[in-house]
Amino acid sequence: MIAFILRRLVQSVIVMLTVALVAFALFRFVGDPIASMVGQETTLAERAEIRQALGLNDPFPVQFWSFLTRAVQGDFGISYRLQQPVMELILSRLPATLELALVSGIMAFAFGVGFGVYTALRRGNWLSGSIMTISLIGVSLPTFLIGVLLIWVFAVELQWLPSFGRGETVYIGDWWRTGLLTSSGRFSLILPAITLGLYQMTLIMRLVRAEMLEVLRTDYIKFARARGLSNRAVHFGHALKNTLVPVITITGLQMGSIIAFSIITETVFQWPGVGALFINSVRFVDVPVMAAYLMLIALVFVVINLVVDLLYYAVDPRLRVDRASARS
Amino acid sequence: MPTPLLSVRDLVVEFPTRRGTLRALDHVSFDIAEGEVLGMVGESGAGKSLTGAAIIGLLEAPGRIAGGEVWLKGERIDNLSPEKMRRVRGRRIGMVFQDPLTSLNPLYTVAEQLIETIRTHLDLSEKDARKRAVGLLDRVGIPAAARRIDDYPHHFSGGMRQRVVIALALAAEPELVIADEPTTALDVSVQAQIIDVLKEACIERGASVMLITHDMGVIAETADRVAVLYAGRMAEIGPVRDVIQAAEHPYTSGLMGAIPTLTQTADRLTQIPGSMPRLNAIPQGCAFNPRCKHVFDRCRRDRPELIARGGGRHVACWLFDGAMEKADV
Ligand SMILES: Nc1ncnc2c1ncn2[C@@H]1O[C@H](COP(=O)(O)OP(=O)(O)O)[C@@H](O)[C@H]1O
Ligand code: SF4
Ligand SMILES: [Mg+2]
Repeated sequence: MIAFILRRLVQSVIVMLTVALVAFALFRFVGDPIASMVGQETTLAERAEIRQALGLNDPFPVQFWSFLTRAVQGDFGISYRLQQPVMELILSRLPATLELALVSGIMAFAFGVGFGVYTALRRGNWLSGSIMTISLIGVSLPTFLIGVLLIWVFAVELQWLPSFGRGETVYIGDWWRTGLLTSSGRFSLILPAITLGLYQMTLIMRLVRAEMLEVLRTDYIKFARARGLSNRAVHFGHALKNTLVPVITITGLQMGSIIAFSIITETVFQWPGVGALFINSVRFVDVPVMAAYLMLIALVFVVINLVVDLLYYAVDPRLRVDRASARS
Repeated sequence: MPTPLLSVRDLVVEFPTRRGTLRALDHVSFDIAEGEVLGMVGESGAGKSLTGAAIIGLLEAPGRIAGGEVWLKGERIDNLSPEKMRRVRGRRIGMVFQDPLTSLNPLYTVAEQLIETIRTHLDLSEKDARKRAVGLLDRVGIPAAARRIDDYPHHFSGGMRQRVVIALALAAEPELVIADEPTTALDVSVQAQIIDVLKEACIERGASVMLITHDMGVIAETADRVAVLYAGRMAEIGPVRDVIQAAEHPYTSGLMGAIPTLTQTADRLTQIPGSMPRLNAIPQGCAFNPRCKHVFDRCRRDRPELIARGGGRHVACWLFDGAMEKADV
């Protein structure tokens, strides 16, 4: 168990180092940091001086090392565009993104599993058929189109829900601004959360359905029926639990994609999260923000991967080798 | 004659397909007495598993019972509601499947699966159910049952898992256990033990056994009577000794000839020239006629019914259509 976690941690560190290298490379190869910092009238000599002062003339490993040590401390420098510390910018916008991602992730999982199980158990009835057909549309429409359609129907035509922004927000603690505690905040969250989660929901649903059908054909399900267990026990105690083992992995990884893909949704709904921040930073070649965002997303994926592995381990006793190896 | 424990009358199982209906079981009839072990043999595809599935009401769609009746202790069970039939399964008829490696849910401990089964059928507390579960494991020969019960299936070897499966089948004291090739997937070295455990545990509880197997050796050692199935039809049924020593149906004699030793299995059955017809190509008259050495005109025209031969033997073959009357078992 310890060895397993250690191995995973080492892998995670390697992944993070690789991403850091890419992020660092951005500084060297995308745009000229000096040009982004100084005005037109700065002379070449002055520029060279700044370059020297910032350590940009140091050898590559030295620069990379100093980038790393600063990054570990959460120091990604100053945004070229907004002239604020990058970390501050990101932290101020992270709650918006995390709340959106969390809500749409939970929705995607709950409805995905629910619909998946339903369509697997009630194969061939009209409702299952409709769900499957609608889900096909869900996968094939691009996210921004879904967002625009939802805005058009629910915000413009019906005027039930706001079309942009987070609504009213309040602080929890010093820096976490939440929209979950105000009703306008919650209303504002609905459309973006659906837009962001729909694709993942469809994926999870199709995965659960396929996996469930597979499990329902297994011998242990046949045997569970032959033992006279109730349909409920067979479907939810035995089939669903086995279905969820592989689904957990995929769903966990989806959480990472939800955060990464929130860029589009945040843009469509003018959601003040890190995704929108990233898009703007790309437009202005704001390299420190881009680099920090890259590292952040990588960190999210790495952490989720770790958590998923541990969950998997907790759910599937076959992976727990402790007692088995002692016995056989 | 006392009411048999299980009575299967003219059972017909069909699979509707796009190209017509396949009849996989065609008027199969047999009885199992209380405490009796009935062996059921036949080539792969003869319909042995379907017979078991039809009896416990677990035919997989589109398969369906298209005719006949199944009676358990004088009560008709083939037309019970799904919920009532569920209460028969496990409680009155236990089932053991072929592959113990896949019969147990890998995510639950043996204790969890046993206790769940026991408490589904019997009104016992968790604690009493557990006690009973340990007793069952002990009975089927799991060493240190009280400790091993909390292990997961993957902690057990194949033979041990099949013992667990037998314990599960017996968990609620069923009156009949249907074992569908319970040793086919096991290592040869443990097959005999598993059959012993199965038989002993059932007999001491007074449960009857329907033992489906390819292995005539197992039948000879274990069963009281044997039923021979061919292409979804009953070819011959009778006391094991008689059938093995003096098979009457040409197919059965072919089977016996093909199995000189106890350890030889299934594949040897094909020593009879030709192969069993597919369900959509069963010939008119006797299903065995293309392979039969004794075939004559009538075999190609009319289908033979089971003919009583005395001593509880019945044979579906025109060679025995002498003065004997038609079977009325
Ligand atoms: N779903 C199905 N559709 C069509 N035919 C089937 C289906 N399931 C089983 N059968 C047929 O039923 C026959 C009997 O199968 P089975 O009872 O499993 O044979 P056995 O157990 O004797 O080897 C086989 O010929 C098989 O082809
Ligand atoms: S009925 Fe005819 S073909 Fe069939 S087994 Fe008897 S002799 Fe052979
Ligand atoms: Mg079979």
